This record gives sequence, C-alpha cells and structure tokens, in this order.
Amino acid sequence: MLFYSEHLLWATFQLLDRYTAKKPAIGTLYLTATHLIFVETSCNTRKETWIIHHHIATVEKLPLTGTGYPLNISCKNFHVVHFVIPSERYCQDVYHSLLRLSQPAKLEDLFAFLYNPKQDEDDRRNGWGFIDSAMDFKRMGLPNEFWELTDLNKNYELCSTYHSELGIPKTARKDTVLGSAKFRSRGRLPTLSYYHKESNGAICRCSQPLSGISARCLEDEEMLQAISRANPNSTFMYVVDTRPKLNAMANRAAGKGYENADNYSNIRFQFVGIENIHVMRNSLQKLLEVCAMKSPTMSDYLTGLENSGWLRHIKAVMDAGVFLAKAVADEKASVLVHCSDGWDRTAQVCSLASILLDNFYRTIKGLMVLIEKEWISMGHKFTQRCGHVDGDPKEVSPVFTQFLECVWNLMEQYPCGFEYNEKYLLEIHNHVYSCQFGNFIGNCQREREEMRLKEKTFSVWPFLWENRQQYINPLYKCSLGREVLRPSTLPLNFKFWCGMYNHFDKGMQPKQSILDHLLTIIQKRVEGEKKMTDFQRKLAVMDGVLADECTLKSRPPEQTLMPPVSVAHTSKNMQIKEETIIQLAPTAGSKQI
Amino acid sequence: MEFSEHIKTANVEDVVLRRPFYQPTKGTLCVTGHHLIFSNRGGDSARPFLLLLRNIDAIEKRPSVSSGTITLKCKDLCVLQLDIPGMEECLNIASSIESLSSLETVSEMYPFFYRPPFLSLQDQWGLSSTEQHYAQMKEIHDGWRVSQVNRDYSVSPSYPPAVIVPHSIDDETLVKAARFRQGGRFPVLCYYHRETGTVIMRSSQPLSGANRKRCREDELLLQAVIDGSELGYIIDTRSSQQAQQARMTGGGFESKSCYRGWKRLHRQLEKGKVLQESLIKLVEACGDQSHSIAMLMMTVWFLCSISCYHVISVVMDGHSVLVHGSEGTDTSLLVSSLAQLILDPDSRTLAGFLGLLEREWVQAGHPFQQRCAHSAYSHVRLRHEAPVFVLLLDCVWQLARQFPLAMGFSEPLLLRLAKEVYASDYGTFLCNSDQERCVTGVKERTHCLFQSLLRANERQHYSNPLYERTELAIWPSIQPPSLQLWKGLFLQWTDDALHLVEAQKVIQNLVSQCHRPLNEKVENTDG
Repeated sequence: MLFYSEHLLWATFQLLDRYTAKKPAIGTLYLTATHLIFVETSCNTRKETWIIHHHIATVEKLPLTGTGYPLNISCKNFHVVHFVIPSERYCQDVYHSLLRLSQPAKLEDLFAFLYNPKQDEDDRRNGWGFIDSAMDFKRMGLPNEFWELTDLNKNYELCSTYHSELGIPKTARKDTVLGSAKFRSRGRLPTLSYYHKESNGAICRCSQPLSGISARCLEDEEMLQAISRANPNSTFMYVVDTRPKLNAMANRAAGKGYENADNYSNIRFQFVGIENIHVMRNSLQKLLEVCAMKSPTMSDYLTGLENSGWLRHIKAVMDAGVFLAKAVADEKASVLVHCSDGWDRTAQVCSLASILLDNFYRTIKGLMVLIEKEWISMGHKFTQRCGHVDGDPKEVSPVFTQFLECVWNLMEQYPCGFEYNEKYLLEIHNHVYSCQFGNFIGNCQREREEMRLKEKTFSVWPFLWENRQQYINPLYKCSLGREVLRPSTLPLNFKFWCGMYNHFDKGMQPKQSILDHLLTIIQKRVEGEKKMTDFQRKLAVMDGVLADECTLKSRPPEQTLMPPVSVAHTSKNMQIKEETIIQLAPTAGSKQI
Repeated sequence: MEFSEHIKTANVEDVVLRRPFYQPTKGTLCVTGHHLIFSNRGGDSARPFLLLLRNIDAIEKRPSVSSGTITLKCKDLCVLQLDIPGMEECLNIASSIESLSSLETVSEMYPFFYRPPFLSLQDQWGLSSTEQHYAQMKEIHDGWRVSQVNRDYSVSPSYPPAVIVPHSIDDETLVKAARFRQGGRFPVLCYYHRETGTVIMRSSQPLSGANRKRCREDELLLQAVIDGSELGYIIDTRSSQQAQQARMTGGGFESKSCYRGWKRLHRQLEKGKVLQESLIKLVEACGDQSHSIAMLMMTVWFLCSISCYHVISVVMDGHSVLVHGSEGTDTSLLVSSLAQLILDPDSRTLAGFLGLLEREWVQAGHPFQQRCAHSAYSHVRLRHEAPVFVLLLDCVWQLARQFPLAMGFSEPLLLRLAKEVYASDYGTFLCNSDQERCVTGVKERTHCLFQSLLRANERQHYSNPLYERTELAIWPSIQPPSLQLWKGLFLQWTDDALHLVEAQKVIQNLVSQCHRPLNEKVENTDG
C-alpha cells in the first residue's frame, strides 16, 4: 500500500524565488502518498505549496548550513525548491521517501491508478472516447481514392509500437506492406501521418530502413512508390531523414541506415540534422544550469544560453517542420519522414508540420487530437522519455517539451493564429509528467492496453476541455482559416521560454499579464450580458410577451465574444476544479492534520 | 527658392520603387526641397508615397550604362530601393538627395514650411511651461519656488528661462552656484515624491578642477534640499575613474567633506560614441541572418539599457537624489525621466508622458540636433551623435512590456517618437536648447508635435487600450531574462512586426467591444 510514510515535519522553507532575496518562509512539510505539501505558518494568510511526487526529477542533499540540513528539489516542470530541515534524521527521512515516491519501481504505483475525481464510471469511460485519433483521418477525408485505413496491425503483429489502425496508400498490396515492415527498424513501416486535401500531398512516417551497406527490399521500394503515386500532383516525393548525416551513416554499419536514392524511383533524399535524445538531454541540462544561476550578469546569462545550444536545437526542429509544410503546400509533394526509430524526432517534425498546414491543430481540441495521434498512438515512449518509473536515465529526454516549445515559438510569431494560449501548453506539459491521468503512461498503445489504463485511470482531455475557458487566446482569429503558416526561422526569432523554464520565478515574469486582463474583461462582459438578457427576459415574462423560463433554457447560448465557449461552463468549471482539490486533500495525510 | 540649386533633375518617369511590405511599383519620382515624392501612374486612388529627405540616413548608388539603382537607408531603419532609368538621372537624383538631406540650417528645415489645416500657429507652442507645472504642484509651494534667474539665458544657455529651486535659495546664490557647474546647469528640481517628500534633482558636474575648488553657494543649494538629518544620494553617471579624469579638464565631482549629508555613488552609464556605435552594431546584427537572439543581445546596447535600471534602483531607495554626469544633458535626463515613470502615475498617462518628455528633454536642453543628426546607417561619424533618446524609448518599452496595463500610451507612440526625433514635420525636436528655439523662431513658425499627438483622433491611436491606472510604483525586473529585443523598432520592417501590429489591433477591438454599453449589444442581437 502506498501510505507507507507520512511525515510531519517542521522545516524552514526558503521559497526559492531565485531573483528576489526573500526571507525564508517557515512552515510545515507534509508528505502524502501523492504530494509534497508545504504549509507556511509564518504569514497570516495560509499559503500552501503543492508538488506532485512524480514531478520531482532530483532530490539533492547539500552540506549542512547554520540553519539546518538543506534539501534541493528540482522538478520536471522546472520548479525548484530549497528546504532547510532542522534535524538530520528528518532530512534523511524526507530524502529517502522522496526518492522512492518520485520514481516508483512499477507503473502500477503511479498516481493515475489512485486518482479518483468522484466521477461515475460512465463519465470515465466516455472520457476516454473524447478524443479519437482515428476520427481525424475521417476529417482529412479518408478513405478516399488514394488512401485507406487498414487493420493489418490489429493485434500489433505487424508493428508492436504502432497503433492498430494505420493509413496506407490504396494501391499498396498486403505483401508490400508486410515486406516493407520487415525492412524497417522495429517494423515501423511507412504510414500516413497527415493528408493535405488541398494539394493531395501527404506526410508519412516510418523508422530507418535496414539497408546496411547495400541491402535493399523490393517491397519497401514498392511501398514508397505507392505513396508517391497516391499524389497525382507531384512526380516525386521527398524522403527526409531528420538525423545529422554522420549519425545516419554510422547506423549503416549496424545494418540500418537510410534509403539509397538509386534504388527508389523518383525520391528526393534529404537530411535535416536534428540531434539525438542524448544531445538534447545534455543541452537541456546546460540550459537549466543557466536558469539556476543566482543573479547572473547579462553576459554570463547570454553566454550560457548560447552555449547550451538549446535554442539551436529548437530551431532545427522548426526548420524541419517548415521544410515539410513547404514541400506539401508549395510543391504539392508528398514527404516520408524518419529518424532512427521514428518515435522522437519524427513525431516532433510531423506534428509541427501538421500545425503549420492545418488550422484545426491550432485549436484547443485539435492539439489534443494531434498529440493523441502523432505521439501517443504512434508510440512515443512517454514512460521512458519522461522517466515516470525508476529506469535507464539515458532513455530520458525532453523531446515532447521541445515540441511544445516549437508551438510556443509559433504562437509568439502569430499572436492571433492560435485558439489556445501559453497556459494550455504549460498545463499539458504538467500533465505529461504528473501521471495523474493515464494518457501519458506507457510507451505504446499495446502497453497501454495491457495495463488496462482505460479501465483503471482517467483521461486528461475531458479535464482540459472542461477548463478550456482559461486556455483561450482572446486574440484568436478564426478568419485566418486554413492559411498555411510560414514562420520566419531566423535564429533571432527563437527566444528563451521564460514562461516554461522560469514559470515559478514570479519575479521574472511580466508583472501584469495582457492575457489575464483580456480574459477577465471578456468574462465580465459575458456575465454582464447574461445578467442583462436575464433581466430583459424577466421583464418580458412580466409583460406577458414570453411564456415561461423552460423554453428559454433550451435556447442556443448567447452570442458571445468568444465563439467556442459559453458562460454556463465557467462557473461550473470553477466548481469542478475546487472539487478536485478537495478530492486530493484527504489523501494528504488527513489523519495528522 | 534656394533649394532649387540642389535639384538637378526634378522628375523622372518609369522609376521602380521597392519597399518593405509592398510589391515593386513603377511610377514617377519627383524631388522637392524637402521630400521625395513617388506617384504610381496606374493607381489613381493610391496616395503618392512621400519621404521626408531628412529621414534619409545613407544613400548608396549603383549606376550602370543605361540605368541605375539607388538604395536609401532611412533613419527609421527602413531600407528602400529606386531603380532609375538613365545613368545621368540616377546620379542627379542621388546627388540632390545627398545635399538636400544633409542641410543643417534650422530655419530651412521642413517644420518651417509644414502647415497642416488642423493646427494653427496661434496655438500655444508646447504643452506646459515651468510656471504652469509649478502651479499644479501645490504640495511643493512651501519648500520650492520658481526662479526666473535664467530669463535671458545668461546664467545657463541650455536651461529654460524658469526653473524650480529651494525656496531658501535666492537668485544671487543661484548665479554663483551656476558658475561652479558646467554650462551653468546648477541643481534644479525635476520630481517631488509626495509620499516621502523626497526629490529628484539634476545638474551638470561641478567645476572643482584639479585643485579641488569648492563653491559655498553650490553647497548651500544642496544643503537646502535636505535638512541635516536626512541622507541624499548624488548619482554620478560616470565611473569614479572617469570622474577623477574629468578634474584634469576642469570638471570634477562633489567631495564628501564639502557636501554634508550627501553620499556620492558612481554608476556608469554609456553615452556618446559608445552608445552610437552600440546602436549601429545592433541594427547591423538584426540584419544578419545568422545571429541568435543571445548573440544579438550581447551587443552593448542591452548593457546600456539594463544599466539604466540598475541606476534607477538606487534612485528608488527612498532618499533624495541628485543626478549628473558631465554635461547633465544626456544620461542625467535618462535617469530622471525613467525614475519618474516608475514612481509617478501622472507621468504614465499619454499627456503626462508627453509632458515629461517636454520638461525633461526639450526644455531641459537635450541637444537633439547634435545627438540625432544621423542614425544607424550613416557613414558620417559626427562627434556629438548619440541615440540617448532612443535608448530612453527602449527602456520605456521594456518597462511597458513588464507592466502592459500601467501605461496610458501605446507602443505606436514610442515608435512614432523614435521616428520623429530624427526627421519630423514638427519643430519639437529641432535645435539644442530652449534658447536656440527662441532665436530661430521655432516656437512661432513651427508646430508642436506633442500638441498634435494629443488631438482626439491621434490620441486614440496612441492610447493603450488596456490602460488601468495604478497609483503604485512599477518596479521592473532587471534580471537578464526579463530584457527583450524591441522587435517593434528594430525589426519593424519585417513580417514579424506585421503580426504584432495585427495583434494590437485585435486587442483594441476586443477591449472596445467589451466596453461598449450593454444595452447596445442586446439591441443588436435582438435586431
């Protein structure tokens, strides 16, 4: 059982706002089964800091200071806290408990299996149906004369890390598909990622071919031919290897590698040079070291930022996404993308290109669909990349974070282009790591089914949808329509994402937020309008112009400033949010409190 | 008219104009005394494109046998290109532009010819005078008075005729104190902080020289500002080494023993050549496709702006402050005006901000003509150039970015000012001092930009739709990640800036929609 260590501790807690020299706050530290909670006792208003255990990335004991035993906790959402604990024994206890609690040995011990927001079973089950990635193929117009969905992978026999439903060219025969899968690393055969109706261009994804030095596979060549033929608008297709050329060549020695353009007819082969997960992990580490500097000088900070290379990597991903989008929209060509296994860089690049090409993915629901489709169902290894459970630290890498950062950079360039705001990205990021919901647990669809996640856990999407009011970008202009985004990828356009990496250093955020202000005045307006119409209706009823209240309720929601949201939802949302907090509280060591 | 001698070819047909955001267009180019006029023959409805020659910073010509290309780099950072048929025409046009854009006689400049129908020369020039400003601040009437000691500009040629000084100091003392300060710029009041009763004053450096001269009257003047118990800070915007060096040329600093109660701090702010070159470097870097944002922000420009805020943090310490560098016409003004913006809600309204600029920059004698003769593209390196005012605007923009609701004015206003300070239809930024403005007749024969900006239709454009007055001081974060590149200015001719402008429009509409009376909306839906 999980309630194995509940500590009640007195500790000096220095609220680590790194950029303001605040006095340390004194309070009580509670460790519950799921959260670390610090309650400040020094101030009149009761201030609580909650940290979900799974967010904790590292716990570090520092040398003894005059005030006690310091404990440094860094979180996966870039929250950093610093405790000073008066007794060594307590400090040891907290340290060991946190190590165990933050990274359990088994997936079954993750928060999601414990989390129960008092919804009934039907709501939970329906919640899992809220986002259906297969529906997205329908939205793109599939099946059509060129593409169809196949269930060849229904038992995950063709490819164990893919989803069961795959989009393939209509002309591809079964043995072509099977043969091609055999020639691709881990059976990750070329399959449809996005189909662009306007140009007939398609983005397909796969893993590297097992070409080695000279091997070839007729079926694989046929498969690429079939993809190319499925686009009558172009005589060629691009094959994009997202790795640096050197890495790809090194893979050939291990019997893998890249397509030999001589063997495939009418392909244009291209490397785009995104570095691997290890380079990215190290780069983030360096970036976080810069963030952790206490009052750096301008030049220390900038040199650190530059040397981390982080923004260069973000640019590389964006460049690749832009390349794909331009190929499809401007050249009307199809593109096949892969990296090594096709579950990291390939996922980043394909999903980014989809956002550039299709306005739907720039909406709140669209982003959910995209993440479900390109990341979850295509086997991005969330368990390993996020380090949910105790495992190989070399498998951990901020691949998904980079994707969100690319989207944020787009939002900065197109302030009116996205229906969602920065908070939405941050909230998704939080939940990828929090393990409060089942969506981001497991490395692929098959694993998730084996764990029976849909029966045991909740889906995050309905939860985010309920709260969508706060994720709205009030500047969003739907009129931009299906316009393809053509962002500038000049290096100077890639900014440090303060909202993500310094999110918890309030001193560094702008002191007033345009977004919050707009959301508030819109909210007030909407409420004002509602009161006004209610009042007028009452008058109308009194005058006998209108019959009764019931008919009014069935009327469509008032025309508001924000098309997708109606008033009624917000107040309900607030309630739901409070409930979830209350829901969490009983597990918070209630016996002791 | 004498301009005509500079104009060798007045009209050229079939010129192709290339400029940001527009397709190349063919039309007629016309050179007049103050403008380049380009009119598109085909487009009858399109207004001709008008470029103030004064706005042109650098001109490059590439003549070939039958035609030529002229590239115009403007002080507002826009780059235009003209393809002109005929080599001779091309050379003629280029030389006309060269000589007309560098005319230095103030009374020949365009503001003396600009006569828009909506303004009258009978109007008061400027928003307010020292006397009017004083009259509004009832709370200082006990301790402070307006002195007319400089009414004929004989005490300090760069000060306005009236200044605010401590009540207990008579004009005779002021005259003597002025002799001890460079350019006669004795300490004067610029801001009185109601809550604490502390003040911000500014001056130029004392002329203590190599033998550490002192001046009883100057000491008295500063003593009158603080009574014995208080502590005041003298912020010297030079490093202590620079201040020491200044003694060799007759300048210097206030020695501790002579100014009881005042503590001197050295906080170096870049100015002059260093600042000018940092702007040139930054603009160059913005055009360089390979620069990352970190590399870009390593340019000296950002060090300059962040150090401004470091100085301000001293000013905000709850003590009275005297600021000066050497001349007292550049960095001192930067510090005093930024401090006021942070502290004083009245200076954050549109009119308040323009009033602040008028007091602290125009009347206080910032030598605009010397500082803003050329911008980032020019190859002419004049000794006195320095974009101090542009640095101020950048600092204000950084502040407004961190407090997007606190300012009554908007980014377009800052951009407009950044443009007008170099080339303008108005007389506001002409000359180097109030005295020069009187002598050349600027106040009688030109219009005032600030008044024009406050006209109803302009006012709306330059107001911040999100403005919500706050009485609190607005403390910016001065950590490196809080500082950003002012894209609106430095990248204003790229597509990126277009998206930002669009966003501003959407915000404007949204806010006005939200603030429309409720019943209006209901009528609409019912109708």
